[in-house]
Amino acid sequence: MAPRPQPDRETAPAVQRLRLQYAKRGRLRFSSARDFQRALERALRRAGIPMAYSAGFSPHPKISYANASPTGVASEAEYVEIGVTEACDPEAVRAALDAALPPGLDVVDAVEARTPDFANRLEASLWRVELPGVSAPDAARAVAALLAAEEVLVDRMTKNGRRTFDARGAVIRASSSGEAADESAFDPAASDCAILTLVVRHGTPSVRPDDVLSALRRVADLVPPIPPRVTRLAQGPLDEAGTSVNDPFAPDRAG
Amino acid sequence: MAGANLKVGGCGERWVSSRSMTSPSIDRSSLRPHEPGDSVFDRLERLLPLITKPIQYIGGEVNAVTKSWSEAEVRWALMYPDAYEVGAPNQGVQILYEVINERDDALAERTYAVWPDLEALMREHGVPQFTVDGHRAVGDFDLLGLSFSTELGYTNMLTALDLAGIPLLAVERDESHPVVVAGGHAAFNPEPIADFVDAAVLGDGEEAVLLITDIVRDWKRAGRPGGREGLLLELARTGSVYVPRFYDVDHLEDGRIKRVAPNRPDVPWRVRKHTLMDLDEWAYPKNPLVPLAETVHERMSVEIFRGCTRGCRFCQAGMITRPVRERSITSIAEIVENGLQRTGYEEVGLLSLSSADHSEIADIARNLADRYEDSQTSLSLPSTRVDAFNVDLANELSRNGRRSGLTFAPEGGSERMRKVINKQVTEEDLIRTVTTAYAGGWRQVKLYFMCGLPTETDDDVLQIATLAREVIRAGREATGRRDIRCTVSIGGFVPKPHTPFQWAGQLDHETTDARLRKLRDAIRSDREYGKSIGLRYHDGKPGIVEGLLSRGDRRVGRVILQAWRDGARFDGWSEHFDFDRWMSAAATALADDVVDVDWFTTRERQRTEVLPWDHLDSGLDVEWLWEDWQDALDEVAVDDCRWTPCFDCGVCDQMDTEIQVGPTGVVDLPMPGVGPRNPVLADSTSA
Repeated sequence: MAPRPQPDRETAPAVQRLRLQYAKRGRLRFSSARDFQRALERALRRAGIPMAYSAGFSPHPKISYANASPTGVASEAEYVEIGVTEACDPEAVRAALDAALPPGLDVVDAVEARTPDFANRLEASLWRVELPGVSAPDAARAVAALLAAEEVLVDRMTKNGRRTFDARGAVIRASSSGEAADESAFDPAASDCAILTLVVRHGTPSVRPDDVLSALRRVADLVPPIPPRVTRLAQGPLDEAGTSVNDPFAPDRAG
Repeated sequence: MAGANLKVGGCGERWVSSRSMTSPSIDRSSLRPHEPGDSVFDRLERLLPLITKPIQYIGGEVNAVTKSWSEAEVRWALMYPDAYEVGAPNQGVQILYEVINERDDALAERTYAVWPDLEALMREHGVPQFTVDGHRAVGDFDLLGLSFSTELGYTNMLTALDLAGIPLLAVERDESHPVVVAGGHAAFNPEPIADFVDAAVLGDGEEAVLLITDIVRDWKRAGRPGGREGLLLELARTGSVYVPRFYDVDHLEDGRIKRVAPNRPDVPWRVRKHTLMDLDEWAYPKNPLVPLAETVHERMSVEIFRGCTRGCRFCQAGMITRPVRERSITSIAEIVENGLQRTGYEEVGLLSLSSADHSEIADIARNLADRYEDSQTSLSLPSTRVDAFNVDLANELSRNGRRSGLTFAPEGGSERMRKVINKQVTEEDLIRTVTTAYAGGWRQVKLYFMCGLPTETDDDVLQIATLAREVIRAGREATGRRDIRCTVSIGGFVPKPHTPFQWAGQLDHETTDARLRKLRDAIRSDREYGKSIGLRYHDGKPGIVEGLLSRGDRRVGRVILQAWRDGARFDGWSEHFDFDRWMSAAATALADDVVDVDWFTTRERQRTEVLPWDHLDSGLDVEWLWEDWQDALDEVAVDDCRWTPCFDCGVCDQMDTEIQVGPTGVVDLPMPGVGPRNPVLADSTSA
């Protein structure tokens, strides 16, 4: 007997693509990229978004994910693109999806995709790293040592085993400041809270904020006594001065 | 073993390895005074970057609720004593969570077993066992309800009690501690955990939790008369809640139980199970929880009926959940539609002990398949009998989807064995069924069997290989293809309380393992068909511990405590289970006793022996159970009372219940109506 033919059901084509910016806030920063994928697919169904599906025995909704932040890292700027079978109002989709997702996974912006190559536009990220328990002068000394180095080798476990790579080259900007401790910090040791601001270029292997922290440990023996709180504030094309990133939706808005 | 083949998961993201961190040893409770009901999340949060899969501890499920602490008079912490990924989808806990939270005067939150990595950090940093809803300390609640699907969760209960600051021994608790209540199938013999729980509830939980909530509320309103013991006496006197401390157990010199008797006036000699009638009145879950973390069941589950009277003699679930009570086709369709809208799940599971036995199953399958044909929603019937009708059903439910694998459970390898266990399936039935499946486009058939059944010989188990060969042969013939497969999955049989096999001697693990090796060799050595047959089995050791915990009495509590102190955790997980630890714990704990592990497991019991659970009434008439055990030995079959006259198992008379089955006469359901124009569409917002 021949295998069953593919189902002859029509799969409606995508007539529009929408790009969404979402934030991963508070305790939801502990969700992984896969956790978010499942949550998003279910929220799309609950919100009644007319999703386009791939054909075949196990159709999948047309969703592209770009450059998700690591588990445990908060973010104000994660991006995803969806294909829909009927023209939608981006703001209405944003609001409906935001309402359907759990608080802490917040859809903050949406545009209709009018340009190609979105993923390539995400050249670099702007990170904020809170270091409770680390004094501002200590952090400043460590940052200065990092910037003074040409190369700082760090290693990290990846899917392909332990890899050693340079964490310095990708760091375009690094600065530190001291601020009053985060209100949730209640250790006396945490009354100090240095804050790092980093602009890190994306690449392979990708240099993540924890790699930069490993580099700070290597060059200046900076060891935070409490797990740092890291937030991706933005990602997008590097600005002309090369010190920050621009809005990756700008070409779509202009188009 | 639930979840035995799951992995604990890969290394999560770590910011700083715990070894490189200096751990602050500050007594945090002194820095931030703890008010009952306060969230401990800020203390937990800084541990989360250091552990695997932190997502399972943060809560935030779609449809979860966190109610005001001060406005609730009765507060339940509900625990499924396994990892979140196994516990979160549990239907029982989800239903009770909803039933309690619907009351204005009560709240319920959920808690799960924490993995050893977090347990160690919680101990180091003084973070108590917490709920995932409000991250409240479990010790602050009025009640801690535990749902035991399996006895292998007992050690996880001890971890949770200890982390919650609740004394492990019930008699050492005072009024400030939660009342610890056990439920679930394992609670039909709670004697091994009698020292650790304050109470146990047998049977359906929906009405039982409401009854207990009322009693606790009234007791609190009245100024807690009689203290903790006063409350427990109130509960015990209902005859519906078992309070072990109010029963004394006397032993004979040879170790057998002499008698179990109440030690307080008005406490009844026997405690009855609860039976929920008219399932349509209890259309739960109405707001199914959708976890963020990945779990073992990623689907919307609907219980299409409760109970089973097929009469499989090994099956505790089928014996203790009688009679059959069906949900109507209309109610099922409403629950499915509501659940899909509220969850966004892509799969619906139609659950029960034997789903194809629903009197309206063909209409249910056809109607649901019609309704969701165009919606990317798949339907599944997780438990299927060996019956060609089941293949038709599965075909209907997978009209558009992939036909990967179908599962059948002949349970016994030989015709003789299947008569002993009352699984009325002939080899002809099985071959016809799987041939239909292969011809219908299914490429893989999974067959479940048990090893270690009463009266079993090597030959009975070796016939599994014969059967599997015949399945492949017939499948190749029917399809003309050689790429069809058959996976044989074997579980070790553990005799359970309240079944006809409650008197049987359990097969020792050495013999179990030897039989399975012979079976493996028989399949491997088959050049013609062996490569098409997969074999999955576990060794017999975990079954012995499960057997000890299933049919043990109060003396086994000492073994559990010792094993837990020696490090036993997550005993249902093969990577955590340690047989030698259990055996040495048993040797230590039972050193001064005349009984040992073999006495509780491999020893056959006589009719006259008082069994540890005899005072707990599942409705089954012990004379009927004994006759059914004798019928098993004589290889005599018993039919299903849904389509033959009552054979007096005793449940309906004893519990004042009745079989509730359709058909209702409803054949076609209306298709869901077309709603208002979708507001996300471009032309609807511009209008």
